[in-house]
Amino acid sequence: MRYSGLKVITEGLFGNKGWTPAWRDPAPKAEYDVVIIGGGGHGLSTAYYLAKNHGITNVAVLEKGYLGGGNVGRNTTIVRANYFLPGNSEFYSHSLKLWEGLEADLNYNVMHSQRGLINLFHSDGQRDAFARRGNAMINQGDDAVLLDREGVREHLPYLDFEQTRFPIYGGLLHPRGGSARHDAVAWGYARGADRRGVDLIQNCEVTGIDIENGVVRGVQTTRGAIRAKKVAIVVAGRSSQVAAMAGMRLPIESHVLQAFVTEGLKPVINHVVSFGMGHFYISQSDKGGLVFGGDLDFYASYAARGNLPMVEHVMEAGMTLMPMIGRAKVLRSWGGIMDMSPDGSPVIDKTHVEGLFLDCGWNYGGFKAVPASGWCMAHLMATGESHEVARKFRLDRFATGHLLDEEGTGSQHNLH
Amino acid sequence: MRLTCPLCGERDRREFYYYGAEDFLRRPEAEAPLADWDNYLHLRDNPAGVTRDLWYHEAGCSQWLLVTRNTVTHEISGVELVAERKA
Repeated sequence: MRYSGLKVITEGLFGNKGWTPAWRDPAPKAEYDVVIIGGGGHGLSTAYYLAKNHGITNVAVLEKGYLGGGNVGRNTTIVRANYFLPGNSEFYSHSLKLWEGLEADLNYNVMHSQRGLINLFHSDGQRDAFARRGNAMINQGDDAVLLDREGVREHLPYLDFEQTRFPIYGGLLHPRGGSARHDAVAWGYARGADRRGVDLIQNCEVTGIDIENGVVRGVQTTRGAIRAKKVAIVVAGRSSQVAAMAGMRLPIESHVLQAFVTEGLKPVINHVVSFGMGHFYISQSDKGGLVFGGDLDFYASYAARGNLPMVEHVMEAGMTLMPMIGRAKVLRSWGGIMDMSPDGSPVIDKTHVEGLFLDCGWNYGGFKAVPASGWCMAHLMATGESHEVARKFRLDRFATGHLLDEEGTGSQHNLH
Repeated sequence: MRLTCPLCGERDRREFYYYGAEDFLRRPEAEAPLADWDNYLHLRDNPAGVTRDLWYHEAGCSQWLLVTRNTVTHEISGVELVAERKA
């Protein structure tokens, strides 16, 4: 069924009885050309682009829970292309371009809103760093505007410009940055893949990867064995466990990142804003809730919940930056499990097993990467060659020293 | 989360700095093969369950601690001094 405004109106007139499920619920077949482990944003977009760009439709996506129930449903929905390093810059630029055409492409409203992202700076040194980053963004063909203090005040008059501890010197505005509706991104890709013939199989946990003489043959699952010519591991949050089934030890340590949402409020924060002196960022959802978060809890964790010290830190940072939010009531907090890599950048690559591919290590930047990650993973699996915008996301870069350390914080997983 | 430091007793998590898995205790020789250094710096077992990792009692006794901990439940089952372990 194709969605349209007319369809919404006619269904509304006739009791909304004509809507059908957005995707099928097939039983797994005995064999597929491609099996994708993981029905999150990246796995679903990989399936979608395999079908759409490469005509590979004999594909199954295996999800141990329900579609979009992992990190794609647990993030803070920021979409941006403000990276600095060659390797990252062109990848996220490509992803943002895909975002801009995504709703028409998927025939699905993902509520992509380019409301502008402002990263604040609070010292001369930070200003220099952001000016340099802005130039890198412009060189990449994206947009960046360096705002001074008064420029920031025009956009964000509600910030505390009087406080002296972390004075606001200005901000880097990325006008095409913004946010989207996270669940809708998963659902839109799921529906798009399903319509092209991909089998989306839920409640199907992979328990083993079958390998013969260095070649992948399929997977063992809680719903039986499934043979496959190619298998993709796209399970950020559980990458180390699934990769271990293929005898791999990954450059990943898992960490919990908390996020928070308040009760619904009238429109008050029109941008995505980040504080440069404490890891705090905030936006307002279309429902009106203030969605905000901060840093990792900093210790390795698979618990999808955090501890109180980071809650306190995030609230303090928010109150320091914009005291007006102090009366809002926090409704919920939750945690997502991040694949933290030693350089803060992801992996889209082949593995030592022929036919087995790996997409992981998204740190806490995976949401905005969903379109390009799927696009490049599908390209790699279909052609055997890395896509040109993802060619530096190699698994062996840690061994060879070709790191993509965007923050320059060194080989400690939780510092990125 | 609270850790029981062998020297200082039970203390708030905020007194401690987390460094990483106990792999950091197995530093290769300077001339060791590059694969050993990759293994030491980057690769991790990263278990969903019991793990051992390094914490520094920054706001206390300044000792490095080897903590045995469950990454799923956050339960802490052991804390020992790195200094005593090596001795």
